[in-house]
Amino acid sequence: MSLHKLTLHELQQKFTAGEVSAAEIVRAYFLRINQVEPKVRAYVTTLKESAAADAGVLDEKLKSWRKTAPLMAMPLAVKDNICTDQVRTSCSSRMLEQFVPPYDATVMAKLRANGALLLGKTNLDEFAMGSSTENSAFGPSRNPWNLAHVPGGSSGGSAAAVAADECAAALGSDTGGSIRQPAAFCGVVGLKPTYGRLSRYGLVAFASSLDQIGPITKCVTDAALMMNVLAGHDERDSTSANVAVPDYLRALKKKDVKKLRFGVPREYFAEGLDPEVEQAVRAAIGEWKTLGGEIKEISLPRTDAAVATYYLIATAEASSNLARYDGVKYGLRSKQAVNLADMYLKTRQEGFGSEVKRRIMLGTYALSAGYYDAYYGKAQAVRTLIKQDFDAAFKEVDLIVTPVTPTPAFKLGEKLQDPLQMYLSDIYTISVNLAGLPAISVPCGFSAAGLPIGVQLIGRVFEEETILRAAHAYEQATDWRTKKAVVRA
Amino acid sequence: MALSRKEVEHVARLARLDTSETEKEMFANQLSSILSYVEQLKTLDTTGIEPTATVLGRVTAFRDDVVRPSLPVDRAIANAPEPDEGFFGVPKIIT
Repeated sequence: MSLHKLTLHELQQKFTAGEVSAAEIVRAYFLRINQVEPKVRAYVTTLKESAAADAGVLDEKLKSWRKTAPLMAMPLAVKDNICTDQVRTSCSSRMLEQFVPPYDATVMAKLRANGALLLGKTNLDEFAMGSSTENSAFGPSRNPWNLAHVPGGSSGGSAAAVAADECAAALGSDTGGSIRQPAAFCGVVGLKPTYGRLSRYGLVAFASSLDQIGPITKCVTDAALMMNVLAGHDERDSTSANVAVPDYLRALKKKDVKKLRFGVPREYFAEGLDPEVEQAVRAAIGEWKTLGGEIKEISLPRTDAAVATYYLIATAEASSNLARYDGVKYGLRSKQAVNLADMYLKTRQEGFGSEVKRRIMLGTYALSAGYYDAYYGKAQAVRTLIKQDFDAAFKEVDLIVTPVTPTPAFKLGEKLQDPLQMYLSDIYTISVNLAGLPAISVPCGFSAAGLPIGVQLIGRVFEEETILRAAHAYEQATDWRTKKAVVRA
Repeated sequence: MALSRKEVEHVARLARLDTSETEKEMFANQLSSILSYVEQLKTLDTTGIEPTATVLGRVTAFRDDVVRPSLPVDRAIANAPEPDEGFFGVPKIIT
């Protein structure tokens, strides 16, 4: 079997058993990247030479030293808004096109310390703002299942790279669904951990109270494996939680979901949900019932308010976070400027794309004198209500099961002219970020047109184990993961 | 809620964006439609509801104020658009 088709844990076993070398792994993956990348365009930077060099060092070391770290020689991809020492981190923006960080994000340092090989940096919507990767300054990525369709966003490059076997696993970031939605569109697994579960140090900030890094993988076991490496407190991120980290792989030992109560929120199965998606998600709910779960209808009454709340809070935080791009210390500086004020205006005008400007404008407006209470203040209060809905629901159930997206992957260009329509495609994922909860997207079927569909499991804070256990039991009881995208030449 | 062109210009100035004429027109339309959409929040009663700024609801994380190694100057300014003898060069401020 070709190495690139293996899951992360399968490849890990092969390497640990001494059946393949790190150099062979890197060669196999770059062969695959060369084949499909011209079509998929998942990466903004590939690191063939440094990955090969790192693999060589690793193989040499292992001759005398057989100690294995969990990700030893594992070929991974990282979203290009996560800082990598001496490797360009562009955020798919003209603003940071030349930016080479002088340090590693904590998650990157953890991957390296555990032996991982970095194959490249993946494409995203500029500064993670978007749901399709079409907002990338370097051009969109494509959905490996059908190149005319988007891979989702904003971690579209990471999801496409995993689905097209251009890496064994990847990191994404999720502010309103940016891990789960592309995972659903590309037929892979995407986990958004609890806010604070892992460090955001070195993640380029978009909306600081919502952003979270997480893994995108070929299966649930791989997600647990990645979490074992990534989770934990970091003194460099004051919002990372000092809470004990369990062994997530151990959570997968239970093969059933007996005694788990699954809540099905009626508001998530209302108008606007594509019938094919509904059917696939309802079938998955049936499967959990078969596996011993208890299914209960529940209500999350403030669901309708989530998109509006999110787009006020996220844009307000973004307008503040992105104020740092002023052309002074790093990033683009306009060559047209004659004085300081002019430098700010022209640098920001030239460096940011339309969607980023639109969100900065909306956020600035929501925070501006005379509108703060009506917009930002109101949204923060509604955020409390949305959180209370979840608190109430989790008194009755252990998990909440919903669709990830209203439809399968849409076509490139389809929603580009209408920002509000694009925002509404995040309707099922956004509340989770507002409430700070963990959630996973797991493949649960295909549309008649052959596009993947995902189902979302939402858990209580810091209960990633319960999510992984239920997702794993479902995955093992079905065979969706055996279907692979065929990239048409 | 319609945003006038003048308001768009005001917001762009606050955000330090040198928007083009075409963008002003486009943003006025798109932001108006987004703002009309978010109007729906007004129908929710939030009297007495505490705002959520962060889900952590936690006190500030403190650490001891001790000197620790930091980036050397040459690496810290390696990305500067106009490095100038270990400093960040900027256009003249007082003219």
